[in-house]
Amino acid sequence: MIDIGLGHYLTLGAVIFSIGVIGIFLNRKNIIVILMSIELILLAVNINLVSFSIYLGDLSGQVFTLFILTVAAAEAAIGLAIIVVYFRNSGTIRVEEIDKLKG
Amino acid sequence: MIAHAIFFYVFSVIAVVSAIMVTVSKNTVHSVFFLILDFISISCLFIMIGAEFLGMIMLIVYVGAVAVLFLFVVMMLNVAQQKNQWFVSKDSSRHIPIGLLISVIIFFELIIVIGGWKYKPDLFNSAKSSLENGVSNTHSLGQVLYTDYIHVFQISGMILLIAMIGAIVLTFRQREGVKKQSYLKQISRERTEGVEVLEIASNKGVKIDD
Repeated sequence: MIDIGLGHYLTLGAVIFSIGVIGIFLNRKNIIVILMSIELILLAVNINLVSFSIYLGDLSGQVFTLFILTVAAAEAAIGLAIIVVYFRNSGTIRVEEIDKLKG
Repeated sequence: MIAHAIFFYVFSVIAVVSAIMVTVSKNTVHSVFFLILDFISISCLFIMIGAEFLGMIMLIVYVGAVAVLFLFVVMMLNVAQQKNQWFVSKDSSRHIPIGLLISVIIFFELIIVIGGWKYKPDLFNSAKSSLENGVSNTHSLGQVLYTDYIHVFQISGMILLIAMIGAIVLTFRQREGVKKQSYLKQISRERTEGVEVLEIASNKGVKIDD
Protein backbone atom coordinates (compact mmCIF):
# COMPACT_ATOMS: atom_id res chain seq x y z
CA MET A 1 0.00 0.00 0.00
CA ILE A 2 2.68 2.48 1.01
CA ASP A 3 5.20 1.46 -1.61
CA ILE A 4 3.91 3.12 -4.77
CA GLY A 5 5.03 1.12 -7.76
CA LEU A 6 4.19 0.62 -11.38
CA GLY A 7 1.07 -1.37 -10.52
CA HIS A 8 -0.59 1.58 -8.80
CA TYR A 9 -0.18 3.81 -11.82
CA LEU A 10 -1.38 1.10 -14.18
CA THR A 11 -4.42 0.53 -11.98
CA LEU A 12 -5.19 4.23 -12.08
CA GLY A 13 -4.91 4.12 -15.86
CA ALA A 14 -7.22 1.11 -16.03
CA VAL A 15 -9.82 2.79 -13.80
CA ILE A 16 -9.84 5.97 -15.86
CA PHE A 17 -9.98 3.98 -19.11
CA SER A 18 -13.00 2.03 -17.88
CA ILE A 19 -14.73 5.22 -16.75
CA GLY A 20 -14.19 6.61 -20.23
CA VAL A 21 -15.71 3.50 -21.83
CA ILE A 22 -18.68 3.68 -19.44
CA GLY A 23 -19.11 7.33 -20.38
CA ILE A 24 -19.27 6.47 -24.06
CA PHE A 25 -21.78 3.68 -23.54
CA LEU A 26 -24.10 5.28 -21.02
CA ASN A 27 -24.21 8.77 -22.40
CA ARG A 28 -27.65 9.92 -23.46
CA LYS A 29 -27.12 13.66 -23.34
CA ASN A 30 -25.00 15.10 -26.08
CA ILE A 31 -22.03 14.22 -28.21
CA ILE A 32 -19.69 16.64 -26.48
CA VAL A 33 -19.63 14.41 -23.40
CA ILE A 34 -18.73 11.48 -25.65
CA LEU A 35 -15.78 13.49 -26.98
CA MET A 36 -14.74 14.22 -23.40
CA SER A 37 -14.89 10.49 -22.63
CA ILE A 38 -12.56 9.87 -25.56
CA GLU A 39 -10.20 12.43 -24.07
CA LEU A 40 -10.35 10.50 -20.79
CA ILE A 41 -9.44 7.28 -22.59
CA LEU A 42 -6.46 8.95 -24.27
CA LEU A 43 -5.44 10.32 -20.89
CA ALA A 44 -5.46 6.81 -19.42
CA VAL A 45 -3.27 5.61 -22.27
CA ASN A 46 -0.90 8.48 -21.55
CA ILE A 47 -0.70 7.47 -17.90
CA ASN A 48 0.24 3.94 -18.91
CA LEU A 49 2.88 5.09 -21.38
CA VAL A 50 4.48 7.56 -18.98
CA SER A 51 4.60 5.16 -16.04
CA PHE A 52 6.09 2.38 -18.16
CA SER A 53 8.59 4.86 -19.56
CA ILE A 54 9.69 5.97 -16.10
CA TYR A 55 9.88 2.49 -14.61
CA LEU A 56 11.66 0.93 -17.58
CA GLY A 57 14.04 3.85 -17.92
CA ASP A 58 13.25 4.24 -21.59
CA LEU A 59 12.31 7.58 -23.06
CA SER A 60 10.30 6.36 -26.05
CA GLY A 61 7.14 6.15 -23.98
CA GLN A 62 7.24 9.83 -23.20
CA VAL A 63 7.96 10.68 -26.84
CA PHE A 64 4.92 8.71 -27.93
CA THR A 65 2.88 10.41 -25.21
CA LEU A 66 3.77 13.71 -26.89
CA PHE A 67 2.50 12.39 -30.21
CA ILE A 68 -0.69 11.09 -28.60
CA LEU A 69 -1.18 14.56 -27.15
CA THR A 70 -0.83 16.02 -30.65
CA VAL A 71 -3.30 13.58 -32.17
CA ALA A 72 -5.75 14.13 -29.30
CA ALA A 73 -5.66 17.87 -29.83
CA ALA A 74 -6.25 17.45 -33.58
CA GLU A 75 -9.08 14.99 -32.93
CA ALA A 76 -10.77 17.34 -30.46
CA ALA A 77 -10.57 20.24 -32.92
CA ILE A 78 -11.99 18.24 -35.85
CA GLY A 79 -14.67 16.57 -33.71
CA LEU A 80 -15.87 19.85 -32.27
CA ALA A 81 -15.94 21.39 -35.75
CA ILE A 82 -18.10 18.50 -36.97
CA ILE A 83 -20.41 18.94 -33.97
CA VAL A 84 -20.75 22.67 -34.66
CA VAL A 85 -21.64 22.00 -38.31
CA TYR A 86 -24.14 19.32 -37.32
CA PHE A 87 -25.78 21.58 -34.77
CA ARG A 88 -26.04 24.33 -37.35
CA ASN A 89 -27.75 22.00 -39.81
CA SER A 90 -30.10 20.04 -37.57
CA GLY A 91 -30.43 22.04 -34.37
CA THR A 92 -29.71 19.22 -31.96
CA ILE A 93 -26.75 17.27 -30.68
CA ARG A 94 -28.59 14.83 -28.46
CA VAL A 95 -27.36 11.32 -29.01
CA GLU A 96 -30.81 9.80 -29.44
CA GLU A 97 -31.92 12.24 -32.07
CA ILE A 98 -28.92 11.76 -34.30
CA ASP A 99 -30.30 8.94 -36.41
CA LYS A 100 -29.97 10.17 -39.96
CA LEU A 101 -28.02 7.07 -40.93
CA LYS A 102 -30.70 4.78 -39.45
CA GLY A 103 -28.09 2.83 -37.51
CA MET B 1 8.23 7.44 0.54
CA ILE B 2 5.19 8.04 2.69
CA ALA B 3 4.81 11.53 1.25
CA HIS B 4 4.97 10.05 -2.23
CA ALA B 5 2.21 7.59 -1.34
CA ILE B 6 0.03 10.26 0.22
CA PHE B 7 0.38 12.55 -2.79
CA PHE B 8 -0.28 9.67 -5.18
CA TYR B 9 -3.47 8.68 -3.40
CA VAL B 10 -4.72 12.26 -3.12
CA PHE B 11 -4.15 13.04 -6.80
CA SER B 12 -5.45 9.71 -8.06
CA VAL B 13 -8.61 9.90 -5.94
CA ILE B 14 -9.23 13.41 -7.28
CA ALA B 15 -8.60 12.16 -10.82
CA VAL B 16 -10.94 9.17 -10.54
CA VAL B 17 -13.73 11.12 -8.85
CA SER B 18 -13.57 13.91 -11.39
CA ALA B 19 -13.51 11.36 -14.23
CA ILE B 20 -16.73 9.89 -12.83
CA MET B 21 -18.21 13.35 -12.53
CA VAL B 22 -17.35 14.07 -16.18
CA THR B 23 -19.56 11.23 -17.27
CA VAL B 24 -22.47 11.58 -14.82
CA SER B 25 -22.91 15.29 -14.23
CA LYS B 26 -26.08 16.72 -15.72
CA ASN B 27 -24.67 20.05 -16.79
CA THR B 28 -22.22 19.89 -19.66
CA VAL B 29 -20.32 22.95 -18.44
CA HIS B 30 -19.71 21.16 -15.15
CA SER B 31 -18.42 18.18 -17.12
CA VAL B 32 -15.87 20.41 -18.83
CA PHE B 33 -14.75 21.82 -15.49
CA PHE B 34 -14.32 18.33 -14.05
CA LEU B 35 -12.36 17.38 -17.17
CA ILE B 36 -10.03 20.30 -16.46
CA LEU B 37 -9.64 19.14 -12.84
CA ASP B 38 -8.86 15.64 -14.09
CA PHE B 39 -6.16 16.89 -16.44
CA ILE B 40 -4.61 19.03 -13.71
CA SER B 41 -4.40 16.19 -11.22
CA ILE B 42 -3.00 13.77 -13.80
CA SER B 43 -0.35 16.28 -14.79
CA CYS B 44 0.53 16.67 -11.11
CA LEU B 45 1.00 12.89 -11.05
CA PHE B 46 3.25 13.12 -14.11
CA ILE B 47 5.39 15.80 -12.47
CA MET B 48 5.53 13.71 -9.31
CA ILE B 49 6.65 10.56 -11.12
CA GLY B 50 9.46 12.41 -12.88
CA ALA B 51 8.10 13.36 -16.28
CA GLU B 52 8.08 17.11 -15.71
CA PHE B 53 8.05 18.17 -19.32
CA LEU B 54 5.00 16.09 -20.15
CA GLY B 55 3.17 17.33 -17.08
CA MET B 56 3.72 20.93 -18.07
CA ILE B 57 2.83 20.22 -21.71
CA MET B 58 -0.36 18.52 -20.57
CA LEU B 59 -1.25 21.60 -18.56
CA ILE B 60 -0.58 23.89 -21.51
CA VAL B 61 -2.16 21.80 -24.25
CA TYR B 62 -5.11 20.23 -22.47
CA VAL B 63 -6.12 22.81 -19.89
CA GLY B 64 -5.04 25.78 -21.94
CA ALA B 65 -6.28 24.75 -25.36
CA VAL B 66 -8.44 21.65 -25.56
CA ALA B 67 -10.60 22.18 -22.48
CA VAL B 68 -11.12 25.85 -23.31
CA LEU B 69 -12.12 24.76 -26.83
CA PHE B 70 -14.66 22.37 -25.30
CA LEU B 71 -15.98 25.11 -23.05
CA PHE B 72 -16.23 27.49 -25.97
CA VAL B 73 -18.20 25.02 -28.07
CA VAL B 74 -20.49 24.09 -25.17
CA MET B 75 -21.32 27.71 -24.56
CA MET B 76 -21.67 28.49 -28.27
CA LEU B 77 -24.10 25.65 -28.95
CA ASN B 78 -26.41 26.58 -26.07
CA VAL B 79 -26.65 23.00 -24.88
CA ALA B 80 -28.49 24.03 -21.72
CA GLN B 81 -31.65 24.40 -23.75
CA GLN B 82 -31.47 20.80 -24.76
CA LYS B 83 -33.17 18.43 -22.38
CA ASN B 84 -30.65 17.23 -19.87
CA GLN B 85 -32.27 14.17 -18.46
CA TRP B 86 -30.85 10.73 -18.47
CA PHE B 87 -32.46 7.61 -19.89
CA VAL B 88 -35.59 9.24 -21.20
CA SER B 89 -37.07 6.33 -23.06
CA LYS B 90 -37.33 2.68 -22.21
CA ASP B 91 -35.57 2.03 -25.46
CA SER B 92 -32.34 3.67 -24.40
CA SER B 93 -32.05 1.96 -21.04
CA ARG B 94 -31.19 -1.28 -22.77
CA HIS B 95 -27.72 0.10 -23.37
CA ILE B 96 -26.91 0.38 -19.69
CA PRO B 97 -26.30 -3.26 -18.68
CA ILE B 98 -24.37 -3.97 -21.89
CA GLY B 99 -22.21 -0.91 -21.43
CA LEU B 100 -21.53 -1.69 -17.78
CA LEU B 101 -20.70 -5.30 -18.64
CA ILE B 102 -18.24 -4.34 -21.37
CA SER B 103 -16.57 -1.73 -19.17
CA VAL B 104 -16.20 -4.14 -16.28
CA ILE B 105 -14.74 -6.78 -18.61
CA ILE B 106 -12.22 -4.26 -19.97
CA PHE B 107 -11.30 -3.19 -16.43
CA PHE B 108 -10.67 -6.74 -15.25
CA GLU B 109 -8.66 -7.56 -18.34
CA LEU B 110 -6.42 -4.59 -17.64
CA ILE B 111 -6.12 -5.61 -13.98
CA ILE B 112 -5.14 -9.14 -15.03
CA VAL B 113 -2.41 -7.67 -17.26
CA ILE B 114 -1.09 -5.65 -14.31
CA GLY B 115 -1.12 -8.78 -12.19
CA GLY B 116 1.03 -10.46 -14.82
CA TRP B 117 3.59 -7.68 -14.39
CA LYS B 118 3.52 -8.22 -10.63
CA TYR B 119 4.47 -11.87 -10.97
CA LYS B 120 7.49 -11.13 -13.11
CA PRO B 121 9.16 -8.16 -11.47
CA ASP B 122 12.63 -8.76 -12.91
CA LEU B 123 11.44 -7.42 -16.25
CA PHE B 124 11.85 -3.90 -14.95
CA ASN B 125 15.57 -4.19 -14.39
CA SER B 126 16.29 -5.18 -17.96
CA ALA B 127 16.93 -1.78 -19.45
CA LYS B 128 18.18 1.03 -17.27
CA SER B 129 19.43 3.55 -19.72
CA SER B 130 19.41 7.27 -20.05
CA LEU B 131 17.15 8.51 -17.31
CA GLU B 132 19.46 8.93 -14.31
CA ASN B 133 22.64 10.55 -15.39
CA GLY B 134 22.14 14.08 -14.19
CA VAL B 135 20.33 15.29 -17.29
CA SER B 136 16.95 16.89 -16.83
CA ASN B 137 13.86 15.28 -18.25
CA THR B 138 13.27 18.06 -20.77
CA HIS B 139 16.87 17.94 -21.99
CA SER B 140 16.91 14.21 -22.55
CA LEU B 141 13.49 14.25 -24.19
CA GLY B 142 14.65 16.94 -26.58
CA GLN B 143 17.78 14.97 -27.39
CA VAL B 144 15.68 11.96 -28.36
CA LEU B 145 12.87 13.87 -30.01
CA TYR B 146 14.94 15.89 -32.43
CA THR B 147 17.25 13.07 -33.49
CA ASP B 148 15.63 9.65 -33.49
CA TYR B 149 12.04 10.76 -33.85
CA ILE B 150 12.47 13.75 -36.13
CA HIS B 151 10.33 12.35 -38.93
CA VAL B 152 7.50 11.43 -36.59
CA PHE B 153 7.78 14.87 -35.07
CA GLN B 154 7.38 16.54 -38.44
CA ILE B 155 4.48 14.25 -39.33
CA SER B 156 2.73 15.27 -36.11
CA GLY B 157 3.20 18.89 -37.17
CA MET B 158 1.58 18.00 -40.49
CA ILE B 159 -1.32 16.40 -38.58
CA LEU B 160 -1.85 19.61 -36.65
CA LEU B 161 -1.77 21.64 -39.85
CA ILE B 162 -4.31 19.36 -41.51
CA ALA B 163 -6.53 19.48 -38.44
CA MET B 164 -6.42 23.27 -38.48
CA ILE B 165 -7.30 23.42 -42.18
CA GLY B 166 -10.03 20.83 -41.70
CA ALA B 167 -11.64 22.70 -38.80
CA ILE B 168 -11.60 25.96 -40.74
CA VAL B 169 -13.04 24.35 -43.88
CA LEU B 170 -15.76 22.57 -41.91
CA THR B 171 -17.01 25.56 -39.99
CA PHE B 172 -16.60 28.16 -42.73
CA ARG B 173 -19.81 29.45 -44.20
CA GLN B 174 -20.77 32.30 -46.47
CA ARG B 175 -23.73 34.26 -45.25
CA GLU B 176 -26.27 35.88 -47.50
CA GLY B 177 -26.80 39.59 -47.34
CA VAL B 178 -23.55 40.56 -45.69
CA LYS B 179 -21.64 43.30 -47.49
CA LYS B 180 -18.02 42.39 -47.86
CA GLN B 181 -15.04 44.02 -49.45
CA SER B 182 -13.68 42.03 -52.37
CA TYR B 183 -10.14 43.00 -53.21
CA LEU B 184 -10.10 41.07 -56.46
CA LYS B 185 -13.14 42.90 -57.72
CA GLN B 186 -11.69 46.24 -56.71
CA ILE B 187 -8.34 45.66 -58.30
CA SER B 188 -9.66 44.19 -61.54
CA ARG B 189 -11.93 47.13 -62.22
CA GLU B 190 -11.02 48.90 -65.45
CA ARG B 191 -11.73 52.16 -67.15
CA THR B 192 -14.07 50.65 -69.72
CA GLU B 193 -16.41 49.35 -67.02
CA GLY B 194 -16.33 52.39 -64.85
CA VAL B 195 -16.73 55.20 -67.35
CA GLU B 196 -19.15 55.38 -70.19
CA VAL B 197 -18.96 57.92 -72.99
CA LEU B 198 -22.31 58.87 -74.38
CA GLU B 199 -23.33 60.76 -77.45
CA ILE B 200 -26.01 63.13 -76.35
CA ALA B 201 -28.33 64.72 -78.76
CA SER B 202 -28.98 68.37 -78.07
CA ASN B 203 -32.07 69.42 -76.17
CA LYS B 204 -32.86 65.87 -75.07
CA GLY B 205 -31.30 65.13 -71.69
CA VAL B 206 -29.96 61.83 -70.36
CA LYS B 207 -31.70 59.03 -68.54
CA ILE B 208 -29.51 57.83 -65.72
CA ASP B 209 -29.56 54.21 -64.61
CA ASP B 210 -31.89 52.71 -67.08
